[in-house]
Amino acid sequence: MSEQRTSFIRKYIFSTSHKVIAIQYLITGLVFLAMGGVMALLIRWQLAYPWQPVPLIGKLLFPGSGGAVTPEAYPVLFTMHGGIMVFFALTPILLGAMGNYTIPLEVGARDMAFPRLNMLSYWFLFLGSVLLIASFFVPEGAAGFGWTVYAPLSSSTAVLPGWGQDLFILGLALDAVSILMGGLNYITTIMQLRAPGLTLRRLPLTLWGLFYSAVLNTLWLPIVVAALFMVLCDRRLGTAFFVAGPLAPHEGGQVLLYQHLFWGFGHPEVYILIFPVWGLVGDLLSVFSRKPAFGYKATVLSMLVITILSGIVWGHHMFTSGMNPLVGKAFMFLTITVSVPTAIFFLNWLGTLWRGAIRLTVPMLFTLGVVFVFAIGGLTGLFNALQTFDVYIHDTYFVVGHFHYTLAASVLFGAFAFIYFWFPKIFGRQMNARLGRLHFWLSFVFLNAVFSVMMFLGLHGHMRRIADATAYEFLKPVQHWNVFIGWAALGLGLSQLLFFINFLYSLFKGAPAPANPWEAGSLAWTVSSPPPEHNYETPPRVWCGPHEYGVPSLTNGDWLSQTDPQAAKLARS
Amino acid sequence: MDRVTSAEVEIPLLDIPAGKFGMWVFLVSEIMFFTGLIGSYIVLRLGASSWPKPGEILNTPLLGLNTLVLLSSSLTMALALQAIQQGRQAALKRYLLLTAALGVTFLFIKGCDYVHMWHKGFTISSSLFGSCYYLLTGFHGLHVLSGVILLVCLWAAASRGVFSAAQYGRIEYSGLYWHFIDIVWVILFAILCLV
Amino acid sequence: MGMSTFPPDISTTGYLVDRLFWLATLLTGVAFLLVVAALGYFLLRYRARPGRKAFYTHGESRGALWMTGGLAILVFFLIDVNLAYHDHHAWDAVWGSPPRAADALRVQIMPEQFAWNIRYAGPDGIFRTSDDVTTINQLHVPVNRPVIVQLSSKDVIHSFFLPNLRIKMDAVPGMVTSLYFQTTHPGTYDIACAEHCGFGHYRMRGFLIVEESEKAFEGWFTEQAGEGPPDLSWGWNWDLPAAPQQAGQMETTQTGHTP
Repeated sequence: MSEQRTSFIRKYIFSTSHKVIAIQYLITGLVFLAMGGVMALLIRWQLAYPWQPVPLIGKLLFPGSGGAVTPEAYPVLFTMHGGIMVFFALTPILLGAMGNYTIPLEVGARDMAFPRLNMLSYWFLFLGSVLLIASFFVPEGAAGFGWTVYAPLSSSTAVLPGWGQDLFILGLALDAVSILMGGLNYITTIMQLRAPGLTLRRLPLTLWGLFYSAVLNTLWLPIVVAALFMVLCDRRLGTAFFVAGPLAPHEGGQVLLYQHLFWGFGHPEVYILIFPVWGLVGDLLSVFSRKPAFGYKATVLSMLVITILSGIVWGHHMFTSGMNPLVGKAFMFLTITVSVPTAIFFLNWLGTLWRGAIRLTVPMLFTLGVVFVFAIGGLTGLFNALQTFDVYIHDTYFVVGHFHYTLAASVLFGAFAFIYFWFPKIFGRQMNARLGRLHFWLSFVFLNAVFSVMMFLGLHGHMRRIADATAYEFLKPVQHWNVFIGWAALGLGLSQLLFFINFLYSLFKGAPAPANPWEAGSLAWTVSSPPPEHNYETPPRVWCGPHEYGVPSLTNGDWLSQTDPQAAKLARS
Repeated sequence: MDRVTSAEVEIPLLDIPAGKFGMWVFLVSEIMFFTGLIGSYIVLRLGASSWPKPGEILNTPLLGLNTLVLLSSSLTMALALQAIQQGRQAALKRYLLLTAALGVTFLFIKGCDYVHMWHKGFTISSSLFGSCYYLLTGFHGLHVLSGVILLVCLWAAASRGVFSAAQYGRIEYSGLYWHFIDIVWVILFAILCLV
Repeated sequence: MGMSTFPPDISTTGYLVDRLFWLATLLTGVAFLLVVAALGYFLLRYRARPGRKAFYTHGESRGALWMTGGLAILVFFLIDVNLAYHDHHAWDAVWGSPPRAADALRVQIMPEQFAWNIRYAGPDGIFRTSDDVTTINQLHVPVNRPVIVQLSSKDVIHSFFLPNLRIKMDAVPGMVTSLYFQTTHPGTYDIACAEHCGFGHYRMRGFLIVEESEKAFEGWFTEQAGEGPPDLSWGWNWDLPAAPQQAGQMETTQTGHTP
């Protein structure tokens, strides 16, 4: 076949190559990460110094109020912060970028099963983001009902008119379609396109995480899409699915039905976000301890158990909604039992480190960071699971602290681990390690400062989503902690500049990367950095699992690649 | 064409082409979407203080006729698949067009039904039942429309000679989709008109 | 830190909530310390050193499996079952033992954007009659007397939160939810809205005024009764029993659930 010169547009914009699409997702995700982060700082400023003009950028963002956040702007800030971080930052980075880049390479395929569908999936995300950005510029502003879009606040235009609200919902719906398309590709590619010898037992844990994540998305995203369309109908077509009481046009529907539908998706969603991180942690602990992943089968089985459990615990988000207490106790008990498979993860992570030969590279630092912050995040989940205690801390900063430890800390550190680890393969250059270490330690310190204090505030009863805690007498004694959090959050935000500078600089000026800078055993590291256009000329032949490090009988080096024929004799997996 | 085929690799989970596997994954998400809608309908109806009796508002005979139309289209779709499995190109094209025509008929009858109901005062906002009815059948109708467009594209591809007795995957997968939306309609018909 | 973890507790059951917290903290704290200790020790002890290879194991030996199973059983019983058991009993005490309607002060609260509409039944003991006492944001109750609050919402979801009593309940439009409590100390305390309800959510503050005696409460109550006919229906039919129940159960099942 004659080599045609592919135009710039076909090669970099409308490309069907999984590697290009992954980079598109990565850039989109990082841009929104920065945007969501700025919003977080605005929120923390307002809470620390209520109604004071925001320094530097205040007059630009809030011209009507002399630079201060207004009561109308504050709900927009926390709504867009949450929606952007979950759907337009973390999902594109961990599922879109990491999923797209690693899956075909790690299964030994030339591309995803459906490359054109893959391209479509990115452009649906792009369209969704356009709508989201547009929502800032319509009259009456962007969405202000919280990223959870609770009805009837969201579903009644009598309460929240303005097309900004609808644009947010539509943007989410388009993003959901994008994720579903991507998930279809991931499941099919992982299950059907593995290279000869690559049994499911030899799959990198990262791919198991991505697989379970995609399964959960396929099952539960459609439920929230249905719910969101029903909210739109309530808003614009005069229906009352989720409106009742005095606001309802006729008899009305059931307000709580929305919450059941939303959390039916929303709870699995948190596992959707963390599964790829758990998988990545399992792999990276192995690479950088130079030891096989401890308890691989138990880890994969635990992921399966959590996948199933995650679908039957959604009621723990609704303990204060007036549910039958017996049902509440059932939800509580099921929720609590997730601690068993999670404990097994920790056992296996520690087991991997035990008697290893640990290399504290930058990706390893972030991986260890995940283990630490997820211990806190996961354990605080237990408090939230207890129905009687949850009724007190529901809708307080205790919950906010919990989910930021599991999301803003664990998932974010996972995203950084992914980027620092895979950057050399993706871009053929190395990132600066010293800057990376500094980025890690500063982030780690500030992160813990911000979110642990948040939980303390929550114990004191500090509600969430309020613009000014000093409006309440019982919160005045703890207001100074809001000031503390504000400055720690600023520190956290500024520390991320180190990452962005490192990323951008290394993109153009980083030292050239070898094919396998980390001495990793999985398939992706057998090809060049960056990989050839179609990854593999012929499908690689796999002889062992991806974690064959520390194999005793080797004389040179301490590891075996998955494609090394020696592994058939020497490796045990 | 730059598509990856699973013939290049040796150990898939299931011994079916990637396209078929992908279509089933897609159908799972579609099943969950309609589960969300239908589940909501059930919850809303059970929690309502009153609900119209079957046949009180909807034109059950007309919708029953529409059910027959859609069921027939499933038959013609199955015949289209059988035709290409036996290499009969002309029959394939004929049955694809026939299926699409039946789908269009379904949509046309549904459209007339909508207009008639709307004028009678039974709209999407006139009652909770109205909201549910138009929501469920509306989304279903959009799926039928997508199916019709898909069938026309397949007919165009068949006209270019893309399919053969050895290469008919897309016909089979599209058939799966078409049968799926048929089954959804049967369920909707039952829960909206018969109970 | 020089201050307590929780705001002052003025309820008869709040201590059960606080105790749950301390139990969970103990159990999770021990687990956390164990993990961090192991992490720290391994990172120091097993740093890569030239000439030393890691110990090659996939962690699927018999011993590893026993350890995994043992950990699962330990976590399940020591943490999961333990905490669930204590919460189950705490729940029954805090929420599952409603007072007899005859002993309790009954209040109906219908929040709206952005205030708490509060209604007492008045001297005739029947809600929605012209002698009802209504206030905005001021919930007066006598100390040491059970109070039953029924909630619904006039517009969007709000949540009636009493931090000093460790309880909250959502006020949902289209349905009636309820909670009950008994105070132990007079004084003025905050009522907070704990569900985002719009621009004014942050300033939806109410006042729980615990009167120091029944007499003081009666005094306030009779003063209010002469304030003129209140809005009787609040725009929605509560459809609740008009008269307080005879000695016996509340009209709703265990608090929060309306049959």
